Amino acid sequence: MIGGGNAGLCAAIEARERGAAVVILEHADRSMRGGNTRHTRNLRAMHADPAHTLEGSYTGEEYWQDLLSVTEGHTDEALARLMIRHSGELPGWLYEKGVRFQPALTGTLNLARTNAFFLGGGKALLNAQYRTAEALGVRVCYDSEVKRLNISRGRFSSAVFLNQGNKYEITARSVVVACGGFQANESWMREVWGEAADNFIVRGTSYNRGAVLKDLIGKGAETTGDPTQCHAIAVDARAPKYDGGIVTRLDCVVFGIVVNRFGQRFYDEGEDSWPKRYAIWGRLIARQPDQIAYAIMDSKVLDRFMPSLFPPMTADTIEQLASDLGIESGALTRTVDQFNASVSTGSYNPEILDDCSTQDLEPPKSHWALPVDTPPFYAYPLRPGITFTYLGVKVDEQARVLFQGGKSSPNVFAAGEIMAGNILGKGYCAGTGMTIGAVFGRLAGQHAASAGER
Amino acid sequence: MESLQPESAVGEAQRVMNICNACRYCEGVCAVFPAMSLHRAFSDHQMHYLANLCHNCTACYHSCQYAPPHPFAVNVPAALTELRTETYEAYAWPGFLGRLFRRNGLFVSLATALALSMVLALASVLVDPGVMFAEHSGPGSFYAVISHGVMVAVAGSTFGFSLLALSMGVRRFWRETGAFALARPMFSAFRGALKDMATLQYLGGGHKEGCSPRDEGRSNQRRYFHQAAMWGFLLCFASTCVAAFYDYALGRVAPYPFFSLPVLLGSIGGIGLLAGPAGLFWLKLRSDKIAMPLRHYGMDYAFLALLFVISLTGFLLLMLRETAAMGLTLAVHLGFVLALFLTLPYSKFVHAVYRFAALLRFNAEKPEKSRPATVA
Repeated sequence: MIGGGNAGLCAAIEARERGAAVVILEHADRSMRGGNTRHTRNLRAMHADPAHTLEGSYTGEEYWQDLLSVTEGHTDEALARLMIRHSGELPGWLYEKGVRFQPALTGTLNLARTNAFFLGGGKALLNAQYRTAEALGVRVCYDSEVKRLNISRGRFSSAVFLNQGNKYEITARSVVVACGGFQANESWMREVWGEAADNFIVRGTSYNRGAVLKDLIGKGAETTGDPTQCHAIAVDARAPKYDGGIVTRLDCVVFGIVVNRFGQRFYDEGEDSWPKRYAIWGRLIARQPDQIAYAIMDSKVLDRFMPSLFPPMTADTIEQLASDLGIESGALTRTVDQFNASVSTGSYNPEILDDCSTQDLEPPKSHWALPVDTPPFYAYPLRPGITFTYLGVKVDEQARVLFQGGKSSPNVFAAGEIMAGNILGKGYCAGTGMTIGAVFGRLAGQHAASAGER
Repeated sequence: MESLQPESAVGEAQRVMNICNACRYCEGVCAVFPAMSLHRAFSDHQMHYLANLCHNCTACYHSCQYAPPHPFAVNVPAALTELRTETYEAYAWPGFLGRLFRRNGLFVSLATALALSMVLALASVLVDPGVMFAEHSGPGSFYAVISHGVMVAVAGSTFGFSLLALSMGVRRFWRETGAFALARPMFSAFRGALKDMATLQYLGGGHKEGCSPRDEGRSNQRRYFHQAAMWGFLLCFASTCVAAFYDYALGRVAPYPFFSLPVLLGSIGGIGLLAGPAGLFWLKLRSDKIAMPLRHYGMDYAFLALLFVISLTGFLLLMLRETAAMGLTLAVHLGFVLALFLTLPYSKFVHAVYRFAALLRFNAEKPEKSRPATVA
């Protein structure tokens, strides 16, 4: 198993339970193990009846429609439906492996029906998975960075990895690659995004540098997804380059206006409810000059969204705020005045798609438009925060990697973010990443074990 | 990036709580996180409250994506334990005695030595050696060695003062940790707090399988040992109350027969006070010293050891009460009990009082509806 996150652990447990001797090569040390799983919180699962962790019911068809709508059809239907079918087994299977869930949450994001939340979050899930895997006899090698796979015509024979400066080669009957995307590889990101990539913040682990992905592509693995596609949200520009996780995200966009460094608005902040829109804002900001934007709001709405890591910047006037942000103050004042003048009065209600919108303004703000007029004024600087890239290897229904000509590999399997692009060609649906990891991790582990029997 | 840690305990606790409040992944783990998420910013006094809702069970630390070596260095149990110890000092009455919490292990040990030698010295001066080392039996035999009047006067005055000091402390804690919106009637909050205390559910890790003090594994050992210590203490206290009732209301004088209510309650409680403190002591020796900061262990060890020897000497007294060793054993037992009474408001015992107050506030403030969730 290459990569010790959720997908790798699910694969390791399944393979070991089928009698295979399993070694996990994990790039990070023990304290930072688990890749992006460490920063996750939930998975999306279909279910017919309410359960301890999930409210109501969420049919496979509804799940499929949700996926279809966020990806706008950029998804492999057979694999997506396979994932949805197996998603229903996950809460029970993970529980058996020691993972505990929170009772159904009833928050404003309305995810209690569709998403099962791990008690204590992704790191608690990892702790349980590692303990289960180790008790079964899975061997875990930390600090082990895989540099290269020896593959000829789609058949794997060994992997070369570095551990504390020493190079090792490990042979195995089969391999599962579950080591994520390439968002933490600055030079690869620059190849795809140009200099803009320098201003991206990587929300998760700094270990996902895509070395194995690149190696597989070089050895003839078929790829899926557009290299620019990724899960990217708006994060606080003051966040660290890596590993800032959940606390740097900002939920304030719908409560004010968002401008670029020239003080101009560039997208409808109130287009739809935040859970349906948060994942597009990373890409929107990535296309703005210098990849920076500012959410501007007044004191009326400051307490309406979840607190985040950094306090907002504040000033008594828009002019002062603009000068603190380094925006030409005339420009910001004009934008705010114009916005305020176009707001029509309606009945404000952040819980629904209300009727507070702008008139004759481009771009409009379709809902929750309130004038920005009550000092003090507040601003949060925003940057694109990348969770993971979607470019990955193509797989079949047994999680086997497809090599040139669409031929399934006899013993190379992939699971998790490295193959998420098969299902997520575009957009995002909260909790899908972990579902892909767990479902394809389990499939990869099951088939890798039998591929090794011969 | 805010990776530099503030110097004060309250500053560090506030820094950590602000990060937790933006994350909230631990909201199902214990009471601290739901209590936290009712607010956006935390005053010093609110932090004092949250610090006393924490049991440093370490479940959140092991679940934390920001735990060291992450540069955010979030260590909730360590930060809140540090602050909690400061609250013991800050709310102590009279105020100048609060500093006894600074080297608490030393203080409790010295106070114990002092109490023990005082009782022994008094006994040797006041009690005729012939009486001290004679065999006694039947009702009133204890009082032949140490007179009823002296026992009641010394125990009553020290315990009375301790009760006063504890109530003054908790009264100020309750007032200063803030005005808050009652979400439910006080009696229902009281019932909730009693239930939380009786079950120690917040040592359960949110899944009731418990938290291992050593690593990220699960274990209810600490919860069970704490139960033994708490119920043991309460049963011994009940035994004392029943004995007082027998003495004053029924005119039945100690010692009581083996199968009398005071002896039964005291014996069951005494077993709890042997097993609980010994187990907690043992767990502390093996615990993860990063999540549970070592420098506060002195206070814990001293209190646990004192409870243990009180129970041990109590059993000795029960076994030897018809022999010539009774007088000396009684003096030693009473010496340790006196030490407990003396140090009560300036020892780890205050944890019970402030924690109950914090649980009461938590139950009173707790809304029916849960709050918004963060999603990665």
